[in-house]
Parts: sequence; C-alpha cells; structure tokens
Amino acid sequence: MSYVSDVRALARKDLLLELRARDTLPAMLLFVVATFVVFHFSLPSGSSKLAASGLLWVAIVFTALLGLGRAFVPEREQRVLDGLVLAPCDRSAIWLAKGIATLAFLAAAEVVALPVFALFFHGISAATVGAVALADVGICAVGTFLGAMAVATRARDLLLPLLFLPLAIPIVVGGVGASVASAPARYLAFLALYDALFGVLCWATFEYVVAEAQ
Amino acid sequence: MVRARKLGKRFGEKRVLRGVDLEVERGGFAVVTGPNGSGKTTLLRICAGLALPSEGTIEVDAPRGAIGYLAHDPLVYRELNALENLDLYGRLYRVAERRERIGMLLERFGLWESRHERVASYSRGMTQRLALCRVLLHEPRLLVLDEPYSALDAPGAELLDGQLGELRGDRTILLSTHDPARVEPLASMKVAIA
Repeated sequence: MSYVSDVRALARKDLLLELRARDTLPAMLLFVVATFVVFHFSLPSGSSKLAASGLLWVAIVFTALLGLGRAFVPEREQRVLDGLVLAPCDRSAIWLAKGIATLAFLAAAEVVALPVFALFFHGISAATVGAVALADVGICAVGTFLGAMAVATRARDLLLPLLFLPLAIPIVVGGVGASVASAPARYLAFLALYDALFGVLCWATFEYVVAEAQ
Repeated sequence: MVRARKLGKRFGEKRVLRGVDLEVERGGFAVVTGPNGSGKTTLLRICAGLALPSEGTIEVDAPRGAIGYLAHDPLVYRELNALENLDLYGRLYRVAERRERIGMLLERFGLWESRHERVASYSRGMTQRLALCRVLLHEPRLLVLDEPYSALDAPGAELLDGQLGELRGDRTILLSTHDPARVEPLASMKVAIA
C-alpha cells in the first residue's frame, strides 16, 4: 500500500505543479494543433488516407516528446531529485508517478488533437483510438525513463530525442498499422506487448538510472 | 557512524577530491572546512549516498531514509507552498504524525505565517529555513549539512545554532562551513580539506 500512496503523492505533486505553472499542457496543445494545420496545407490535395494516418502518428510522437522534455524540469531546476532519491521509498515510484502525470497531459492533448485531426483529414476509427491509448502508455513509460537519464546530462535537450525516437519506431509501426490495416488486432497486440515489455524493463531498472544520474 | 578511507573523486580528467580520511563516531559532530573548490560538497554528497567515490571506501551507518541532506539548492519545488513541499516529503519519508511535526517545524523556523505562499515568492533566507525544515522533518540519524548558515540572517543563524545544540550528541552531524568559529563550541572534530 505504501508504494501506491508514494506513487499517488508524487503524481499528485506533478499535476499540481502543472496546474500552477501551466507550461507543459498548453504548449503540447498549441504544438499538436499547429502541426495539423501545417500538415493540412502541406499535404497535396487528393492525398490518400494512408498518408494522413501517418501524419497523425508523427504529430503524436513529437507532441509527446515536447511533454517528455519538460517532465523532469521541476526536479532539475531545484535539484529536487536528490531529495526524492534519498527517501526510503522504492525509486521506481518516481518513474511511475512521472509517467502517469505525463500520460495525463498527453491524453488531455489528444482529447483536443484527435477531433482536430478528424476535422482536417478524415474520421478516426475505434482501432485508431485504441492504438493511440496503447501507444501513449509505451511512449510515457519509455520517454519518462529516458527523460530521467537525460536530465543529468548537459546535452539533455539533444539527448532525449536522440534516445527516444529510435525506441518510438515500433510504436509508430504499430500505431500506423492499427490505423490503416483491415485487421488491426495484431497491431494492437503488438503495441500491448511493447507496453508490457518496456514497462517492466523501465520499472525494474529505474533504480540504477537515478543512482547513475547522481 | 561515517568512516571514509583514502576517498577520492574524479569528474572526467578533473580530480575534485583526493585521499580524504574521515571517521565520525555515532553522535559525533564533524566540521568540514576548506577553500572554494576543495571538494567539501563532493565529500558530503558521497557521505549522503548521492555520489559514488572514484577511489577509496566509505561506510555510513545510516540507511537511505535516515539521512537528512541539506544542499546548496533547497531541494523543494518552487511552485508549491511550504506545507505542500513538507507534506510530500513527510509522506515519502513515512513521518509519523506528519501534520503536527510539519506545523511544529514551520512555527520554530518562523514560516508558519507564510505556509500557504509559493516558495517562488520566498526570500533566499526563507527558502533556506524551509530547506532546514525539510532536513529535520524525518528526524534523521545522520545530518549532512552543506553550508547551512548561507543566506540565513542573524535570528535564523541563532535558531540553527540552537537546533544543532539540541541535536548534538544524539545525531551524527557532518557540516561544511566557511565560518568554523561559529560551530566550534559544538563540534567534536574538524576535517580540513586542502
């Protein structure tokens, strides 16, 4: 129970910080809507539905990257991570709470982004919504883990995209596949497998990431 | 108890700490002195378990949750208020009767009236007082204090003198300062780093 209450306390703190500072969610919203507007005018008229589906996933990945880049900013600014890692709680609670908060911001951005996409391009299928939900979990699990690694380095703004984007390729493959395939089940299963595999891996190894990050 | 043998630390090519020996018994009070850049902060971070030595060995007779570490940075969130910051730490450090203890510390350090204000609006001295509340909140067995008097005004410094006097003998204390005369009456040993 103490693990759950640690995660709850840390995630609540992240949501409270965003409520006060309002510097992550508005930026993500503005970015994703602006991206769709740019894509709308840059995509030649008569382009296929397949091309537009690909752009949806490009926008989602880069919007997530924007949020992930800011995830550990409050900890970095005041070196609060030192205080958190000295606490007797399981250090993976820090990763899980940060991942949940980032997931909440990404989901909130997508609540606006998906209808905007439907408005500019084409309707969204249930399989696409399912794929987006599954992809969000994987993006936040891996991205939060890499964000904690990058935050300790001087080249953190450069390092996070360099580490994250190669690992996001399977998410894009699964997401685009689920959006355009006539039988999306295997792509959704692929995304769920990615979430499970990387979720467990990040949860089990986060302890060493923050230990090294000091 | 803290025991270090031939402790050294490198950051890449740069050596910031070399051959430091240190032995502080349980309940001891060690004052760490040295010029800027001599490695005082690095030594304290190693003792707190926040950094690993490149050379030598370190033994610390206190688990992670029993260490109170005061850094140059206050380790508190600027967009949260004092109560919210201490409540978060109180939960993570499993502080019994958390609210009462937070209230007592805020009263003692003169922050009760400003407990609902965001830390971003605090002066440097008030932030340092809050950082001291954070360090003392879970009644740590080992206190690692890196220049705790910095930014404190005269009443704040006297308050800290009183706190250290109360804790002396009961807790192990490692404290770095540029003004060793201030804590000399309390200290049981002095560690000078060249």
